[in-house]
Amino acid sequence: MKRRDFLKMSTMATLAYSINGNPIHAYGEDHLLSMIAKTRGNNDNILVLIQMSGGNDGLNTIIPLDKYSELSNARANILINQPDVLALSGQANTGMHPAMTGLQDIFNTGRMNIVQGVSYPNPNFSHFRSTDIMFSASDSNVDIDTGWIGRYLDFRFPGAPLNYPDPNIFLDPLAIQIGSSISSLFSGANGLNGLAVSSIDNFYQIVSGTVDPAPATPAGHELTYIRFIAQQTQSYTQVLQNAASIQATNLAPYPANNNLADQLKIVARLIGGGLKTPVYMVNIGGFDTHDNQVDFLDPTHKTGEHANILTKLSEAIAAFQADITLMGKQDKVTGCTVTEFGRRVKSNASVGTDHGSGAPMMVFGTKVNPTVIGTSPNIPANATVSDNVPMQHDFRQVFGTILVDWFDIAKADAEMILNGNQFQMLPIFKYAVGTDNTPLQNAQHALEQNFPNPFRSHTTIRFTTSGGMVQILLYDEMGRMLKVLYENEVPAGTFDVGVDRSALPAGIYYYQMHISNKTFTQKMVIVN
Amino acid sequence: MGGSNRREFLNNLLPEKLKKETEYDITKDEIFLKYSNKTSPLNLKKSRAGLSQYTGSWGEKEKIHLLRRTMFGVTPANLTSLNGYTMSQAVDLLVNATPPTPAPPVNYYESIYPDPTGVLLGATWVNAPYGDGTVNYYRYLSTNAWWMKNIFKQTMSIQEKMLMFWHNHFVCEENVVGDSRLQYKYLNLLRTHCLGNFKTFVKEITKDPMMLFYLNGHYNIKNSPDENYARELQELFTLGKGANMWTEDDVKAAAKVITGFRADTVNLTYTFDPAKHETANKTFSAYYNNYTVIGQIGAAGENELDDLLNMIFNQSQTAAKHLCRKLYRYFIYYDIDANIESTIISGMATTLINNNWDIKPVLLQLFKSDHFYDSLTMDCVIANPVDYFLGMSRALSVPIPGAIGIVDETRAYYTLAYLCQIVGMDPGNPPSVSGWPSYYQAPQFHEMWINSDTLPKRMKYTDAFFTNNGIYVSGNFNIKCDVIAFAQTLSNAYDPDILVSDCVKYLLAIGLSQTLRDSYKMILTNNLANSYWTQAWTDYINNPGNVTYENIVKNRLRLMLTKLLQLAEHHLS
Repeated sequence: MKRRDFLKMSTMATLAYSINGNPIHAYGEDHLLSMIAKTRGNNDNILVLIQMSGGNDGLNTIIPLDKYSELSNARANILINQPDVLALSGQANTGMHPAMTGLQDIFNTGRMNIVQGVSYPNPNFSHFRSTDIMFSASDSNVDIDTGWIGRYLDFRFPGAPLNYPDPNIFLDPLAIQIGSSISSLFSGANGLNGLAVSSIDNFYQIVSGTVDPAPATPAGHELTYIRFIAQQTQSYTQVLQNAASIQATNLAPYPANNNLADQLKIVARLIGGGLKTPVYMVNIGGFDTHDNQVDFLDPTHKTGEHANILTKLSEAIAAFQADITLMGKQDKVTGCTVTEFGRRVKSNASVGTDHGSGAPMMVFGTKVNPTVIGTSPNIPANATVSDNVPMQHDFRQVFGTILVDWFDIAKADAEMILNGNQFQMLPIFKYAVGTDNTPLQNAQHALEQNFPNPFRSHTTIRFTTSGGMVQILLYDEMGRMLKVLYENEVPAGTFDVGVDRSALPAGIYYYQMHISNKTFTQKMVIVN
Repeated sequence: MGGSNRREFLNNLLPEKLKKETEYDITKDEIFLKYSNKTSPLNLKKSRAGLSQYTGSWGEKEKIHLLRRTMFGVTPANLTSLNGYTMSQAVDLLVNATPPTPAPPVNYYESIYPDPTGVLLGATWVNAPYGDGTVNYYRYLSTNAWWMKNIFKQTMSIQEKMLMFWHNHFVCEENVVGDSRLQYKYLNLLRTHCLGNFKTFVKEITKDPMMLFYLNGHYNIKNSPDENYARELQELFTLGKGANMWTEDDVKAAAKVITGFRADTVNLTYTFDPAKHETANKTFSAYYNNYTVIGQIGAAGENELDDLLNMIFNQSQTAAKHLCRKLYRYFIYYDIDANIESTIISGMATTLINNNWDIKPVLLQLFKSDHFYDSLTMDCVIANPVDYFLGMSRALSVPIPGAIGIVDETRAYYTLAYLCQIVGMDPGNPPSVSGWPSYYQAPQFHEMWINSDTLPKRMKYTDAFFTNNGIYVSGNFNIKCDVIAFAQTLSNAYDPDILVSDCVKYLLAIGLSQTLRDSYKMILTNNLANSYWTQAWTDYINNPGNVTYENIVKNRLRLMLTKLLQLAEHHLS
């Protein structure tokens, strides 16, 4: 058997295996299904994860203005002076830390989605354990030593990492972490599916991160020799070099003395240079603000250690967004902040906050739904030291939504990657690809998957509504609106809309239902 | 069995994940050709220190240097065992130690292929009849496993390093001779004489049955002499080759001297057959002062060998320097410039001659010398594959417990040998009678170990030591590092600074700057304060059996070690 055939077969096997109970052979024989297998999950979308190490104080980052008096009771010694809080357009209840003008602008220009109260049941207050839970996407009482990105890459690239790069399948690094370090997030079944890249201008460092200068001794002579060979034989050196030379400079200015900005500069150049790597991770530390979180001499509390790192975070992300926009890559990149936990509602006497649980997540990019998902955290009128920001969303809903809507994999596969955790999708993305439109909290409308799907000539779309003006539009894979499928004022009830293929070519389409300012999207596939 | 289908047979038996390695040709490796030495590294600063006894500082750095060069890798226990030893005492210990002779390899293969000669499971086959090609192949695997186990379990002694040195010097290729019983005898001979007398060693290797087959001594008979051994005896084993040296006629004459030695595959020894011995006088060239070995009749014909060796060893400077250069290239560095030739090589040669060809005094002098402890001499050896994989496995205390049973244990050890093979050093099978080119091919020498084929494989299989799946041995056992057990061998796993420094100390040559050590530490601490790692380790220690605490430290140690061992410094010794 040729290697390529073998890989093809293992691709099928992995896909089939991933959907528990479905017969493996179906993928080899059924044209419709194999069409899905071929087209799904291989878009060139990119995810940039920004790890905020230490546990970010969400309440001083995304500030619930409607809970200001409760916060005044709980954390007077660190609470940001209300007039200084940055306003977010259309969000009367939510503001941002005054240091984050760059992120405010991103939100106000429709490029940020904020998910409130992200945590997991039975939160753990250990940095390490909580990081491991986040990265492995496990329940807090389960130990798993692979990461969800590592497993996603195992799923998408069978045989990773040993079989890659493969000129027939994927040439670029499967994931890149900027810096010398590498995270368990990238651990797959057979090892690390990620590459650590510390510099793209010094190619020694692609292999092993930063290196010490070689001494002028025989040992240094041999060390240099080995480094040359390592550099030249590192499977990905050439593609990284190519990308870095195609995008030889950054197009937007970045802030100086900002380690996160330095990392994002590299990410932007690799993306600008055409690298198809789907996942990047960068890191910014310093969020473990047990003391001196704010400058207590500043009555507005808008300065201090937390303000300093939020400034770095905000300026770096703003520069990065500007940069990839100038490079024309803005529609292909979604960023997402991750922190191991939020901090306690009540501040401590050291002008800081201790380890907590829930925290907001910021997802940014042109494709995100520019809103706040969830409500302001519920803050007790008289918070005690044990009060935490309650969970509104499980972090796996965010990761799962990214897998389904951004990386375009089936929800069942996303659940497999997330250790079998079934999750409800969140409306994080504007043009949700495979959005599970089951009603979210009191929603009154639902758009179901068309049936049959995929289809050759004719299919049916079913929706349920409590009544109103309903519009269903058809989009192609590129997001271009093709036609109006349905437009009518309807009473409450469930309706079936027949759809004729007409002259549409085979491929992937999306249909979107608009009703009372709400949007629901589903994907459909036409085959010959 | 023939060499060609042996490899195929080997491949069929090997663990799935280790297959599919393709043939590689270094002469077509453009990356290797571009970066390896074009000439001797002339502009390098080299040690000018001589052979006088070193009196400088004797700290961890010097001890580790000594241990790395004389053993395969360094474990914390090895380093600790030098506590209280002076430099001189430490060298005495390593060179003079007399480790017990390892028990011979045994039948582990009974359940796979019942031994046709009746050797029972767990019993040694080394004196049994040959049997057939298949059982011989399993015996070959068991020999390789036994050899790797001897290295892996080595005690404080230079013996295993010297055995490998002599294997590269008095080369025999297992896949040419094809009788594992003879290979075992040959390896035992190397062990017996590796720290003995060089001249005696040459005499014994001449009569070794494996060597008699390998270089055709067995076929070297009166009226039809085979010159193969007689040439290598002079060219490779004793004098070397050069202008105005021994002649082609000397090869012919020497071949005649040693006619009549026969390999006995029943008793696994040599015999001397006077009827096949050339009894005429053998006269040598002017290089040997036209010396004549007087032909002997009958059993006395065997004694002509002593006469021949006396004549050769009378070229004492040439013979001694030839060996000392090889020792230098193996233990110190490959580049021998005029200064090193005139001070170090000459000095070692004088010691060898003055001690009537005893090897130990040369090693004692070298490892106690100023030259050896000069910083310019440190860390510059590119570890050969056995040094790399076995040394790393020892340093990391990789578990290969006897409790996994003799079959898996044997497989585990020959899997280690196979890792060495796929990165260019098949123990038991040097590529030719000259040994591995890394020890003779100027100007690249050691750099040949690292090329565009071998380095990615070294890195790939090193990474695998830190995964759940490890390196496949069998359905029941994989080779992998127990990172927690390893950390517990270190001085203080609670302190992430000390933990990283210890890892650097035992696993990397040269050392790392504080900045870099900090960056590796950050993998342990999640970019946070040290106290978080300390707490995590404390939690693990105080809660035995708690998988959550165990995973927290295990995952971080694995990531840190994976990254650390990708550094080029890991390949140096």
